[in-house]
Amino acid sequence: MDERTKQLISFLKNYDGKELRLMEVCGTHTAQIAKNGIPSLLSDKIRLISGPGCPVCVTVSGYIDRLIELAKQPDIVVVTFGDMLRVPGSRVSLAGAKAEGAKVRMVYSPMEILKLAEENREKKFVFAAVGFETTTPVYALLVKQAQQKGLHNIRLLTSLKTMPPVIEWLCRTKKTQIDGFLAPGHVCTVTGTELFEQLARKYEIPFVAAGFEGVQLLSAIAALVKMQGKGELKNFYPSAVGREPNIEAQNKVDEIFDICDAAWRGMGVIPNSGRKLSDKYRQFDAGSEFLMEDEKKNKACACAQILTGEKRPEECPLFGKVCTPDSPQGACMVSMEGSCFHSFESQK
Amino acid sequence: MCVALPGKVIEVNKEKALVSFEGNQVEVQAGLVPVKEGDRVLVHAGCILQVLKESEAEELEQLFRELEEMQAL
Repeated sequence: MDERTKQLISFLKNYDGKELRLMEVCGTHTAQIAKNGIPSLLSDKIRLISGPGCPVCVTVSGYIDRLIELAKQPDIVVVTFGDMLRVPGSRVSLAGAKAEGAKVRMVYSPMEILKLAEENREKKFVFAAVGFETTTPVYALLVKQAQQKGLHNIRLLTSLKTMPPVIEWLCRTKKTQIDGFLAPGHVCTVTGTELFEQLARKYEIPFVAAGFEGVQLLSAIAALVKMQGKGELKNFYPSAVGREPNIEAQNKVDEIFDICDAAWRGMGVIPNSGRKLSDKYRQFDAGSEFLMEDEKKNKACACAQILTGEKRPEECPLFGKVCTPDSPQGACMVSMEGSCFHSFESQK
Repeated sequence: MCVALPGKVIEVNKEKALVSFEGNQVEVQAGLVPVKEGDRVLVHAGCILQVLKESEAEELEQLFRELEEMQAL
């Protein structure tokens, strides 16, 4: 370890000022913070909180239930990222429904659906289109290419979300009291930092755009500690993130998706925090509107309070007892980007 | 699913590109940002999201400098 990294760790370990609650809102940050053991390198006065940065964790049960309904229809195959498979719906998960005969396929990229649809024209393929600003451009490309290829058997069930409105919700709510944000790293590569800069100024909370390596994360946390109380944004990930958005990606998204209200697990409906297919592309929609139901599989599940930083994963009565990665009761324990999953893994 | 990986563009063919991830070559979509052979890029869900501007080592240097300049409490 080089001298400067040692100094950085010593600064963070010996910090003895005001108690700080710092939130990250990017699933990969959550995973990397856990993997690098960063909480153990910080003073007791610095608490890291995983916010609603994992797209799977913020998906409501009504959406999962609708996917299952679709997958049970004779001519429909639901196609999804692997993380979605075990998220509990109100009764069962997609994996559970698959065991009961529903048709569900897992892919690594939404673009794989093009080949499936081309080779099986008698079937309809519905993609479980969840994600933030990072993934929405990929869906825009998919819709464009499906249209160019004349594939009429592709649909999206959308639960697409945008980060600035939910971060503003967190800044406003008295319950969370966040002293600084690690801006969502991958989201920022598409949106740029300007929108987060505006939030920093408006709510006088510091933001740092951070990379994903251990030292990058430690530096960003140290910067937030030094910036406390200041309504500023620092970009500590300039190789991938600029102030301006990725215009080409943004234009594609704006052409195909309109802004809409969206339901977030545990937070309810937040105005203008989602994206849906625009009227011009509505023929690609699998019935995504009004999927706002947010029913818990287990009433005692505290995912909602964990996502907003009101509770730590260990404070949930189910944590580590009936709720484990093998038998998740809530989405935060399912996803490899979920905070309960990582708390459980690090306590093993 | 929020994961993005850095790789290097080997070849560009219209809206597709061949990207090497530490030697593993994968065909990805290149329609979201202009790319050329040799670019270091960030790939998410089978698509290039962004071209990376500088090396990690340079970036880290810069970052340490900035951190030192920030007023300590």
